[in-house]
Amino acid sequence: MEYPIIPCGDSAVTLLIGTELSPAVNRLVFAAFSALQHKLVPGVREIVPTYGTLFIHYNPDVLDYAHLCDWIRGVSAVDAADMPSESRLVCIPVCYGGEYGPDLAAVAAHAGLSEQEVIRRHTEREYLVYMLGFLPGFAYLGGMDEAIACPRLAVPRTHIPAGSVGIAGGQTGIYPLASPGGWQLIGRTPRSLFSIREHEIDFLLSAGDRVRFCSITPEDYREREGRG
Amino acid sequence: MIHVLNPGFLTTVQDGGRFGYQRFGVPVCGAMDAYAMAAANLLVGNRPDEGVLEITEVGPAIRFETENIFALAGADFLPTLNGVPIPTGQAMPAHPGDVLECGPATNGFRGYLAFSGGLNVPNIMESKSTCLSAQFGGFHGRSLQKNDEIGFCAPQCWIKGLLQRTVHLTYDFNAPIRVVLGPQADAFSADGLEVFFSSEYRMGSASDRMGCRMEGAEIRLKAGASPNILSDGVAMGSIQVPNGQPIVMMADRQTTGGYVKLGCVITADLPLMAQRRPGDRVRFQAITLREAQRLLADRNRRLRNLQDDLEHNAYW
Repeated sequence: MEYPIIPCGDSAVTLLIGTELSPAVNRLVFAAFSALQHKLVPGVREIVPTYGTLFIHYNPDVLDYAHLCDWIRGVSAVDAADMPSESRLVCIPVCYGGEYGPDLAAVAAHAGLSEQEVIRRHTEREYLVYMLGFLPGFAYLGGMDEAIACPRLAVPRTHIPAGSVGIAGGQTGIYPLASPGGWQLIGRTPRSLFSIREHEIDFLLSAGDRVRFCSITPEDYREREGRG
Repeated sequence: MIHVLNPGFLTTVQDGGRFGYQRFGVPVCGAMDAYAMAAANLLVGNRPDEGVLEITEVGPAIRFETENIFALAGADFLPTLNGVPIPTGQAMPAHPGDVLECGPATNGFRGYLAFSGGLNVPNIMESKSTCLSAQFGGFHGRSLQKNDEIGFCAPQCWIKGLLQRTVHLTYDFNAPIRVVLGPQADAFSADGLEVFFSSEYRMGSASDRMGCRMEGAEIRLKAGASPNILSDGVAMGSIQVPNGQPIVMMADRQTTGGYVKLGCVITADLPLMAQRRPGDRVRFQAITLREAQRLLADRNRRLRNLQDDLEHNAYW
């Protein structure tokens, strides 16, 4: 399978693997990403996997466009079946409701479910990290139960604490940093998604990971808080 | 060490950018005008992508607490040292107690203050650049404020050919900014593309280090085409058109974006984009990828020639 390579200016190309949002397309993206990442050549600055593409930044002074395309075609044409089938499963503890999830009641009311049922449905599924973007450590997760989908807040909050777990439309996500935002907040995790300590940089999630949320008590939350 | 007497409008530590972490959502950041940054660094004997101060619109006033060589390149901020006008684009020695004052930018919008041996701020993810959106990198993840103090890594009291180390950067603000089409140029109607390349756009006042928001004639999509795509990567210079008006994505852009991209400003012309001020008029012109890469190679050759001239032809 040869994917189209489309220039994005003079120093980047996008490798178009698929245009639909699906775990199958994303799996092909990850297979091609792994293959290219293992056979990097000088001049490739970095490769960014997204839902359906690999966005490849390069230095045309070191690697010209024709050679870049040859390298991409030669290496990316892998069969998804060849890649390791076990992706990483990351468990994220969340304290739902109360002060940590001020919008849990609103999400439950919108869904016509009890708060307990919203938590059950949110923790029941396994989510796929399609890609990271928006903020350092922010994961675009797929696979949420549509029954708990909820529109964004009409008026966004000016300050959302780091670790907040929210719902916006049919998406769920975790704020890696304190930031403004309009997501409906249903809980908060004490785990840190992005941290810088001295020179240690840590990202909890990578594209291709699987995620499960588990419900913890406020006491658990406070005990784990600060332990990262 | 330098002591900030007045931070100016927006002064941040920037370098060649933070590559390698976009897949974790970390923006590249780095100098908006990478060419002027490189020139300033070469003037003081640094590698071209060493960390510098990027100054914006109205420059800072700083006092040197330690002797060092510095240079300012980019827009002209009418700099003075102890009240005496000094040239832009020239390496200068500063002694303890000397005060460098920068005024409002003329002939551009951003300047680059390089110090010999570089600024002593931590390398985070292999870069000294300030990431304003996530508040890390550079000097405590923020723009400089009054009374901040930043050390030097390896200050010099003399470098070879000090008084002949000059460069004259010029910006042709009448020239169109050149663009390579794609990756979603085919989402736009022929009229839409024609409008974009034949109209004059105004640099909007909400423009910042994330993006230059251009205001002007509406760029229409093909009938039935959506302004949204499944999120893809974003290069510096990418032209997103979310609602008929183009936004040129710049140094602090997010790593991914879900709007159609008409094209991308060529790397060699990004300095022209970075040096435009709100209200300025801009025209765009389409060129081929091959031409864009030739122009980039020319630009890189000019930088290498400058480096050679400074290192080999300077006397003393």
